[in-house]
Order: sequence, then C-alpha cells, then structure tokens
Amino acid sequence: MEWFDNFWAVYSNLVLTIGINALLALSIWLTLSCGLLAMANAAFMGIGAYTASLLTMNVGAPFPVALAGGVIAPTLVALAIGGPTLRLSGVYLAMATLGFGEVVRVLILNAESFTGGALGLNGIPQQTQWWHVVLALVVVLLLLWRLRRSRIGRAFEAIKEDGVAASLMGIGVMAHKMLAFALGAAIAGLAGALNAHLTFFIGPSEFGFDRGVDILTMAILGGTSGLTGPVLGALIVTLLPELLRGFKDFRTMLNGAILVLIVLFLPKGLWDPLRFRQWFARAPRKPAPATVGER
Amino acid sequence: MLEQQLVNALSLGCVYALFALGFTLVFGVLGVINLSHGAIFMIGAYAALQAVTKLAFPLWASLIAALVIAGAFGFVIDLLILKPLRKRNAPHLIPMIATIGLAIFFNNASQGLFGAENLRFPNEVVPNEQLHFAGVQISVLELAIVLLSFALMTGLLLVMRRTQLGRALRAIAESPKAAALLGINVEGLFYLTSTVAAALGGVAGVLIALYSNAVFPLMGQPMLHKGIAVIILGGMGDIRGALLGGLFLGFAEVMSVAYIGSTMRDAVAFGLLFLVLLLRPQGMFGKVLERKA
Amino acid sequence: MLKLTQVSKRFGGLSVLQDVSFDVPAGSVFGLIGPNGAGKTTVFNLITGLLAPSGGTIEFDGRSLVGVAPHQITRRGLGRTFQNIRIFKEMSLLENVVVGMHAHLTYGVPALLFSLPGFRAQERASHAKALELLSWVGLDHKASDVADNLSYGDQRKLELARALATEPRLLLLDEPVAGMNSGEKVELMALIQRIAQRGYTIFMIEHDMRFVMGLCQRIAVLNFGRIIAEGTPAEIQSNPAVIEAYLGREDDEAIAEGAR
Repeated sequence: MEWFDNFWAVYSNLVLTIGINALLALSIWLTLSCGLLAMANAAFMGIGAYTASLLTMNVGAPFPVALAGGVIAPTLVALAIGGPTLRLSGVYLAMATLGFGEVVRVLILNAESFTGGALGLNGIPQQTQWWHVVLALVVVLLLLWRLRRSRIGRAFEAIKEDGVAASLMGIGVMAHKMLAFALGAAIAGLAGALNAHLTFFIGPSEFGFDRGVDILTMAILGGTSGLTGPVLGALIVTLLPELLRGFKDFRTMLNGAILVLIVLFLPKGLWDPLRFRQWFARAPRKPAPATVGER
Repeated sequence: MLEQQLVNALSLGCVYALFALGFTLVFGVLGVINLSHGAIFMIGAYAALQAVTKLAFPLWASLIAALVIAGAFGFVIDLLILKPLRKRNAPHLIPMIATIGLAIFFNNASQGLFGAENLRFPNEVVPNEQLHFAGVQISVLELAIVLLSFALMTGLLLVMRRTQLGRALRAIAESPKAAALLGINVEGLFYLTSTVAAALGGVAGVLIALYSNAVFPLMGQPMLHKGIAVIILGGMGDIRGALLGGLFLGFAEVMSVAYIGSTMRDAVAFGLLFLVLLLRPQGMFGKVLERKA
Repeated sequence: MLKLTQVSKRFGGLSVLQDVSFDVPAGSVFGLIGPNGAGKTTVFNLITGLLAPSGGTIEFDGRSLVGVAPHQITRRGLGRTFQNIRIFKEMSLLENVVVGMHAHLTYGVPALLFSLPGFRAQERASHAKALELLSWVGLDHKASDVADNLSYGDQRKLELARALATEPRLLLLDEPVAGMNSGEKVELMALIQRIAQRGYTIFMIEHDMRFVMGLCQRIAVLNFGRIIAEGTPAEIQSNPAVIEAYLGREDDEAIAEGAR
C-alpha cells in the first residue's frame, strides 16, 4: 500500500482534477447532444464556484449546503437567460453564450466587494475529498445514461437533427432545450464548487473563454457519440500538459494543433463506436439480430 | 467635451470596423466563423514590427508587408483547413472549432518565438504630431488610421456593389450551390475571400499596434471578442453592418470610459452583444433566414 | 374535420394566400393540387403551426389551431410528412418511428431514472408498436439500419411510418410520391389506400394527377394563392378554370396526364 500512499500524495490533485474535468466535459456533452453549442458552461462553472465559496467562507455553511448552492445558482441563471437565448440557433447561440460568458467574467471582475475582483478568492477551505468527486461523477453518469435511454434522450437527438421535424413529432422543443441547458449548467456549477474547494483559490480569469475552449476540446476530442467520450477526453486533456512537461512552452501550441487535427481527421472524436464497429466488422462475423435501442 | 470624444471614438471605431469587416466577409461568403481572425490580426502586427525593426522598412512598407503576410496565412488556412472541411460538408460549427485550435496554436507559437512581453514600434517610426482644427485635437496617426480604414472599406464596398466580382460574391453568400450552377468559380472565390479578409485583419493589427503602441501574443483575443460583438450588432455577413457596428462600438466604449469608468469597458461590448441577441438577433442589417445550401 | 375559412398569408408586401376556404371531411382522402408556387406547402405550414396566418381561421374538430404551438397541434391528432424528406438520418429506422411516439409515452423522470416497471413496459410496448408500423410499410427487415442508408422511396415510407406513430387522426402528406418511379408510386398508392381504410383521414398535396385522381374523393385546386375549384375528381377534371390554370402555366406533365 505504500506505493499507493506515495502516489496519492503526489498525484491526488491531478486525479481529482480529471474527475472534475470529466464533469465539465459531460456538462457540455449534454448540451451538444441536444444540438446546442452553448459556450456558457465555463461561466456557469464560475458562478457555481463563487457561490459555493462565498457560502463556506462568508456564511460558514457546511459543505453539502455550499455544494447545493453551487448547483442551484447557475441553474437559476440558466433558466433566466434560457428563454430568449435558446430561441437562437447554431452560430448565433454560440456567439450569445460566448458573450454571456464574458459578461459574467467582467461582472465578477467588477463586483470587488463580493468576489475579490481580479485578485479572486483566496483561502477557500479545502473540503473536497476524493469520494465527493467520485460520487458526483457516478451520479451524473447514471443520470445522463438513464436520460439517454428514455424518451427524453431520444427527443434530444431528434431536436439535434431537425428541430422542426421534432416539434411535429409532438416534442416540446423549447422545453427540452431548457432542460439540457439548465441541467448542463447545474453539472458545470457542481464541478466549479468542487474545484474551488480543491484548489482553495479561484479568480475570474479561470472561467472565461479559455476555460470554455478547454471544456469544448475535451468533449470533441473524446468523442460525442456516447458518455465514454467526454470522460476519455477529460482524461487526455488533463494529463497531456503533465505528459508534455518536457515540451514546456509548446504545450499549449500542441493543444491547439491537436484540436485542429482531431477536427480534420477524427471528426467524431477518439471514442467512436461506429468506427470501432467498422474495424471489427472486417473480421467475418455472424450478423447480429435486430436489437432494440442498442446504444 | 463631446466633439473630442467623438474624434477619439472615430479612429478606434474604424479599426474595429476594419477587423470586423474581414470577419464578416468570411462568415458571409464562406459561412464560417473564423475564430483565428484574432490570431491573424496579431500576425499582421508582428509582421509589420519585424519589417520595421529587422528589415528597416519604412512604416508604409511594413503595412504592405503585414497585408501580404496576413493574407498569405489566410490563404493557407483556407487551403489546408477550411477546404477539406468544405469537401466533407461539415456542419458549420466544426470549422469554427478548428479555427479555435488554430488560434491557440498561433497565439502560443508567437509567444514562443517572440516572448510574452509587450513590444513597441520604435519611436522614430511612429508619427506623433497633433493636429488641431475646429477645437478638437487629432494626432496624425489617428488621422491616418481613419483615412486608411475608410479607403479600404470604401474600396471593398465599391467592389461588392459595383463589380461583377462583388455580384459573384453576393451570389455565393446567398447560395453557393446556385452560384456554382451559374458558372461562378466558387472555390477560387472562397480562396480570394479568405485571403482578402485575412489581409484586412492584418492591417487592422498594425493600426491597433500603432494606436496603442503595444504588440503582444494575445493581442488578438480581446479584439476577437469585440469583433464578434460588432458583427452581431451590425448583422452577421453584412459589410455595412460591420462598418456601422464597429463605429458604434468604438463610440460606445469611448463614451463609457469617459462617463462610467474604464473597468467596464470590455463589458460594454458584451453587454451590447447580449442585448442585441435577445432583442434583435439579426442585428442592424442581418437577415433572419439561415442561408440555403 | 379540418376547416379553413378565408385564410390568407402575406410575407411583407407579398400575398401568398388569399381567401382560402375548404373543408376536409372526416374519414375522407382529400387532395390539394395546383401549379408550382401556388402556395400549397404554405397551407400545410399554416395548418401545422409553423407559420401564422395573416387572416382567417383554421379549425380542427371545431377547435382553432391558430396560435397553437406545433408540438401541441401534433398532440391534437395531426401528423405530417414533408416534401423534402425530414427523417432523422443518423438514427435507426426503429428509433425514427419510436421518436414519433414521444407524446404517448407518459412516464416521468423518477420512472426513467430508476427503471421502474411502468417505464420498462411502456418502452417495450412502444418499440414493439414501432416494429409493427415498420412491417406495415414493409421496412421491418431493416429496422436497425441507419436511416441515411435507405433508398429515396424507402425514406418516404419511413416518414409515413413515423407520422403514423404519432397516432394522428388526420394525416397531412406533402407530395408523398415526388421523385419516385412508377413501381414505387403504385406501391405507395396501395399503402395509402390501406391506411385510409383503417379510418385515418388523409389530406395530401401532390403533382401527379393520376395519383391524385385515383386516390382522392375530394380535391381542391389552388392557383396563385386562391382556391379556384373544389369538388370530386370528375368535376375538377372537367372544370375550365382548372384546365386553363394548367395550360397557362406550361405544366406539360399535368396537361398530358389530365388529358388521359
């Protein structure tokens, strides 16, 4: 067990960060699965982080309450801006949510008395344990898995392919989009709250455009056809800087290059069940019986 | 006083408009949101700086160098990245993500090559006389920026409205397939658009570098955010929109700095953006309909 | 069943439909024909709530449809297929049809989260019903294929199965045989007749005259946004205004077919 204790002493932060990033990647996967390119999840993460931290630091709230606050606050914001924003489609939605993210960042920057402004919040109690992250991840994965296998998941996919046709199937498109958006915000907020109590310091620059791009990269890199993809993407994107330590300044360059290469050559990301099936189909196999609801 | 603020806003607005112009051209004609436009802007600035410091070019020549080099980058990006994605008929969010990757790559490459510090154009090169008339003060530099920007924008507008080339571009903006059926060389014009848009972005980069006397690797990012705000404000894909939107943003920023305070400056762009999207998503001149294939 | 009264639609200054009135009786097969650009698909878009009329009323079973959201209109019993097929290309055939049943699955979030018996029963039943609908249109052997791989004719059949899954009482078919060869058309004609026999009311837009005259009990003719005739196939075929509308428009195929 000794090697494990040593390993943990050095790498616990990294492992927990992978878990938290997985949550973030899943949050954007959820919105993508409904056809929404909503780049606001970094901002929702920030709202969750600040809310939870202010609750523990200023009000002395117990950790579960702070986490709850970190989940509820961004959800409420998402519900508030969702109405007008989700009427936009495609690129307009992406731009609107990018803009919203920046507005939040600037607001945090300027509400100095509350948020510590540019200097951020320091000295957040380090209350996140490994099991918090694991529990959160398991719950979220279960939730998303069950959703996918139900009419709600099918509705998301239909909306993603063709919103008009979906509405003519009796699907309330706006209601489902709101659900995806708000739930994504909740998950991102949870990740933010957990992260804040891990790194004991948060600042407004962490929740801006760059973070949003990171999250998107994780989901796209890993693959968006299932739940495995985002988790895999989070693993790789978090580990990559560690593995590339030798490359020093060129790490971020490599990040960018990887994004471009994935988009060009592996459009469905690394974890693509369809591609695997094609590879395996090359070996002679009995045809599978028509199964229902395979994915 | 107000007139002075307006004059200050004019030059800033012109640069915003110039940047947004390239951005909106690519969106209008290619249907792609090119988030590497900010990086190209930065590349233009660095190209000009290198031309001046390493090759002892005069300022006007370095502007041309920036134009050419940025344009070349635009061409290569289109050839290597955007074109394969076009062939694949990728949904338009995919190219956008690729351009995000490119921006990260270029921004950090320039940091690796030139360092992260603020570089400056040498003092001798930057004109700094002030002109006075009608009670307002404007520096030669600001005047040059305004004149150059207007010249470029007017030129572009004339091409778009009065020439066969412009008509072809507008046809492509409506529907590339229909344009191809009419015998228009759509691929060639895509290359041209990417190149010209990048060239404009590069020039904008030099102008801002001179205006704020700072060249640094991430200078394209805040510009990109503002560019997004401008084209949403003015209407995506519309040139008059980019022009008026840029001027309007310059004006709004200068006013807010003068009367509210400089910390809210960046928020102005995004606040406007957000409002416009909620109230009138197509902006001033944009069309609500999505473009046909 | 479906009643349009003096419906009009303007886009800015352009008047696309004017004073459009007709009745689709329950249990009938009703056709709307007219030269290209007459405004037929606009009528469908108005009925299904994708567009709002500039004037007039649209009533389904006595209740107005104007201002009602499309998904609510579907839930009231109107199903629709599209002129330019809008199936969900990346889903399997079975999934496409199951999506159509969305409104009839009533389990809530707790049921789906914990895989309660009610959830599982409804899912099983809906998948079985979807398979049955696919066999109806002759596509059950391809149930788990991806929809994008289907031939054009099969895609139209899939759309039909999917529309049926919404359990409509009135089925709106927008050019159901456009682009099909004559063999496929005959097949689809028989299929639609079978559907009509089961009690569905069918309202179709079509260009193929033989198809329309063979299937429909009543036909309305739209030209330049106005209804110029309504009646039985025989009445329509001998109506001088209708003949002139087609002759004047160089609709060669229609003239040739109508003359047969």
